[in-house]
Amino acid sequence: MAELVAVIASTHHPFYYRASTSTGPDRPDFADEWVRKVEAFRATLTAARPDVLVMVGSDHFHQLWLDNMPQFLIGKAPFYDANFYNEEREFGLPRMLMTGQEDLSAYLLREGLDAGFDLAFSNELRIDHSITCPIITLRPQNDLPIVPVYTNIFAPPLPRPRRFVQLGQTIRELVEAWPEDKRVAVIGTGHLSLELGGPRQFGPHGPDPEFDAKAVEWIAGGDLEGCLSEVTLDSLHLPGNATHGFMDFMLMMGVAGEGRKADYVDTYDLFHTMEAYFTWYPKGAGK
Amino acid sequence: MSKYLLDKFLFAVDRDPELVERYREDPRGTVTWWEREEANRILNCHSGEASTWLRFDDDEREALATHDYPALFDLGAHPFLTLTLFIAMFERDHEPLGFQLEYARRLADRTLPYPDITT
Repeated sequence: MAELVAVIASTHHPFYYRASTSTGPDRPDFADEWVRKVEAFRATLTAARPDVLVMVGSDHFHQLWLDNMPQFLIGKAPFYDANFYNEEREFGLPRMLMTGQEDLSAYLLREGLDAGFDLAFSNELRIDHSITCPIITLRPQNDLPIVPVYTNIFAPPLPRPRRFVQLGQTIRELVEAWPEDKRVAVIGTGHLSLELGGPRQFGPHGPDPEFDAKAVEWIAGGDLEGCLSEVTLDSLHLPGNATHGFMDFMLMMGVAGEGRKADYVDTYDLFHTMEAYFTWYPKGAGK
Repeated sequence: MSKYLLDKFLFAVDRDPELVERYREDPRGTVTWWEREEANRILNCHSGEASTWLRFDDDEREALATHDYPALFDLGAHPFLTLTLFIAMFERDHEPLGFQLEYARRLADRTLPYPDITT
């Protein structure tokens, strides 16, 4: 039986790659500390010795478009090319190629459908920075097969927050019941408060530090019910117009489990948005 | 209201490096051409198949033709699409982050709730 060896929730900051690889006068003053924090976070995944990564993220109008928009989609392919021209252009992200764990994709699709999620699938999925950023930060050698899980946090009408949590809970149950002797880590990325294309964008910190503090507390403490009691599709407009990406953090809280405190928590207050890094070890660290 | 078509224009231009430059240099000409030749093309469909009914409202066409991103915000265009494309076109004319901050300043009087972006 498969083992869920780590659950990881993170922000996905497309500027990390450029900041961490720049040198000389181009290197921003926050880069060294950012690298230090990311490397410490990376060690939490390395310690879990995973064989397979289930990667939860969201397409940013790259392959998925308004003429045919899935709410939840699982990639099922032997390979995934990654990153797009406009991500290369704006963020300097490299083109990447990842291997797929196709049997786990097939299993999650079949069992997920039977569990009540009408999951879409893709046999030719090019993935974007919501999944490549955590590969760059957490597994830069890019040597593990993945199963991409895409959620719609972007193009309303969106599923409600509770649905994200339920999908996370189901992913956990299914991974733990996968009849393969593999060590699986589930990694999901989203945002805390975030504004894009609005008056509060690119400020000296995230648009709503109060929301960010509360969000970190919910996630770190595994306070799913507290979080669900305050977060709605409407309320998420208040901290910033792109804050619906927080629902991917809620999905990851669903994977981690109600009341499960994170084993590792770190944050980094940057301009524009706060970085936040969480790791849970369902079986205990080092098992 | 044809928010979907506004978004389709921003999406289609943003993904094509030549169109990004063409829209930067000749916004009105690009919008006119695109609405005539491209607006009804169904993406991810058999080539040659097209819709028959998509057109901009006058205020939408004018906002695109004048690079008026505050107006696009007010019309409910998806802010991620607008921001991404306008950064591609105009970031190069400013100091680092200068365009993003000017963008925020030009929208500074917008208050919650923002225009609905549901298509």
